[in-house]
Amino acid sequence: MIAEAGLVALWLAAALAFLQLGLVAFGLAGKKSELLEAVRPVAVAQGALTTIAFTALIALFMRSDMSVLLVANNSHSMKPWLYKFAGTWGNHEGSMLLWVTVMGVAGAAVALFERALRRDTHMATLGGQAAISLGFYAFLLFASNPFARINPPAADGQGLNPLLQDPGLAFHPPTLYLGYVGLSVAFSFAIGALLTRQVDASFARAMRPWVLAAWILLTLGITAGSYWAYYELGWGGWWFWDPVENASLMPWLAATALLHSVTVLATRDALRAWTVMLAVIAFSMSMVGTFLVRSGILTSVHAFAVDPERGSFILVLLGIYIGGALALFGWRVGAVREGAPFELVSRETMLVVNNLLLSVILGLVLIGTLYPLLTEAFGHKVSVGAPYFDRIAGPIALILMIVMAAGPLTRWRRDNLAEVGRRLIVPAVIAMIAFAAVAILAWGRIGVLPFLGLVIALAVAAGSVAPLWKRNLRRTPLFTWGMVVAHLGCAVSLAGMACDSAFTVEKLAAVRPGDVVEAAGWKLRLTRIVPIAGDNWTALQADMEASRNGGPPVMLHPQSRFFPSPPTTTTEAALLTRWNGQLYVVLGQEADQGRWQLRVWWKPFVTLIWFGGALVALGGALALVGRERRGWLLKWRGKAAVA
Amino acid sequence: MKALLTLFALLLTPPLLAQSALPPAPYADRQISDPALERKAKALMETIRCLTCQSQSIADSNASMAGDMRSQIRERIMAGEEPEHIRRWLIERYGDWVSYEPTADPVLWPLWGAPLLLIGLGLLLLRGRIKRKARR
Repeated sequence: MIAEAGLVALWLAAALAFLQLGLVAFGLAGKKSELLEAVRPVAVAQGALTTIAFTALIALFMRSDMSVLLVANNSHSMKPWLYKFAGTWGNHEGSMLLWVTVMGVAGAAVALFERALRRDTHMATLGGQAAISLGFYAFLLFASNPFARINPPAADGQGLNPLLQDPGLAFHPPTLYLGYVGLSVAFSFAIGALLTRQVDASFARAMRPWVLAAWILLTLGITAGSYWAYYELGWGGWWFWDPVENASLMPWLAATALLHSVTVLATRDALRAWTVMLAVIAFSMSMVGTFLVRSGILTSVHAFAVDPERGSFILVLLGIYIGGALALFGWRVGAVREGAPFELVSRETMLVVNNLLLSVILGLVLIGTLYPLLTEAFGHKVSVGAPYFDRIAGPIALILMIVMAAGPLTRWRRDNLAEVGRRLIVPAVIAMIAFAAVAILAWGRIGVLPFLGLVIALAVAAGSVAPLWKRNLRRTPLFTWGMVVAHLGCAVSLAGMACDSAFTVEKLAAVRPGDVVEAAGWKLRLTRIVPIAGDNWTALQADMEASRNGGPPVMLHPQSRFFPSPPTTTTEAALLTRWNGQLYVVLGQEADQGRWQLRVWWKPFVTLIWFGGALVALGGALALVGRERRGWLLKWRGKAAVA
Repeated sequence: MKALLTLFALLLTPPLLAQSALPPAPYADRQISDPALERKAKALMETIRCLTCQSQSIADSNASMAGDMRSQIRERIMAGEEPEHIRRWLIERYGDWVSYEPTADPVLWPLWGAPLLLIGLGLLLLRGRIKRKARR
């Protein structure tokens, strides 16, 4: 019954999306206000129905209902409840249902809470949201029904990929999807504004909180995903330039650019057409990413052929939405008047350079990710990976960091180059001192990129707090604090990345119980190897004592886990976090006669990478609250004045 | 058959779970004692693709084949072979796909033009904008 109820809710939601699109189209075209009155309740009902459908799927997973194909293929009755719950979206159909649920709920939120937008643009936006949703409903209902039954029911499920059996699964995909799909709101806003020809500062102010919210969630999702990969995969890497990672990075890059250009539009009424274009690109990148990941085309072109129906379906959706949006853009861009002019030395120019560099990195990641597909089509299989992306995106990102420090110190409209230079003296001095210090300490031992990364991180950290100098800190607006914290977060994260690649110490050893491994001042003694059992796994655990420079010993317990369904071995690294770095210990295979492989890394300041990411998201949250609170206060004062 | 295999695996789990059928290759997870040579080997490993994984280099893969390749690379480096020579040998055996190094394969050279092209395109757009403004 639950499965059928979920399916009915999904069909009803799809029907409501169709109705919503019709109401908007006829209401706006015929100027029929009574039709438009109905749009908001319909959008809210659609959001509620998608939530019901998704809740139904969660219930099926929690109850381990093996008469449902999806549950039988991806779950197991012996799994801990958290993974039954999170396993709901650890598969294709469930994650697509999560996608449309987030889209439905986002549409309902736009219907309920958006007050700043002009009414016709608001309605056109909701129409756009319904149009995108329809395609994904069709995809779900016709090509990936999550509620399909099997008869007879399976005896038990096939289990969830053990790599995914981690608390990370409960947090990382939903956050990322909220971000991906949150960008659909920006996309719909752009469509709405193009339809009603309202591309101006008030439109940008209305769109900004939605972009900001999606961007915060994307930042959190990527940061969490990176840390999860770091501790789960067991080799100490935190970013692999894997196509799936690139798929999440591309929308983030576009959203970051959009966030800055929408601020230019909101503050100075400039960059009108470009901002609309970026809003289209940002969600297009979400869809492209989903296509790349969901169709399986990237692991191999042949994986695409395994399920050509799904792959082609998403490809057609992509073509309709991206093509349609670009066509609308091309048709209406002439109607968008050019925004306010600005001079070469101005904050606008800085933000344009930010947008240019972010777009270039985005383009490079996209080209690099797709290039192997292109060559394979000509029968030549190649690999594009970290060695390309690091060398090509790294230097551009470093230049971007410098612009990031200089931008907030430059005035809107026009500024004086010498003045800007004077404001940058302190960061420049810090850069020189850092250059000398790092050169003396580590010359020849570290690569060029980590070297420059460290120097720039230190200088940019100083530069990013510079907007607060000589200001009354208590009267500084919250959104300025937000910008400072987010920019500082970028510098902190960069410092972590540079330290990790420059100073990591690696030690591989095969040891017997009682033996000691030494690495970077740490002494690790293997006490014993013991078998242990968990809910749905068995493991070998190494009991170890670690102490640094003769300090008190700390117990470490790296494990090698075996999951029977599906049969898989995973490594559970033992992490020991200190203020100045992390000790990362992995238990490997048995080498020979009672000796065990150990992999040990000491990673100085590596945690700064994710701490910086969290700071960036926090900065976004401060900016969001700061802007919105100002709106609430103004409204409240207005009401009080009327009363 | 699958159920039987699973049962078999379960029975053998505690003592043998971390073992594959063959003992790991000697230098799969053992460093070269000379740190300079180890750095050389490591740098090469980071640009060699693990053929049985999804987009991972052999430097960070648990796959047994990646272990064998790491061992091969370390042994050849110790024997005095140059990294690029080893790469060519690997490419001969497994095809261009095995190397992530973007300078090695002429097919990848257009990728180096991409940033110039994109920045050029961006500047062209920007230049148009500044010109229009100057005429005002």
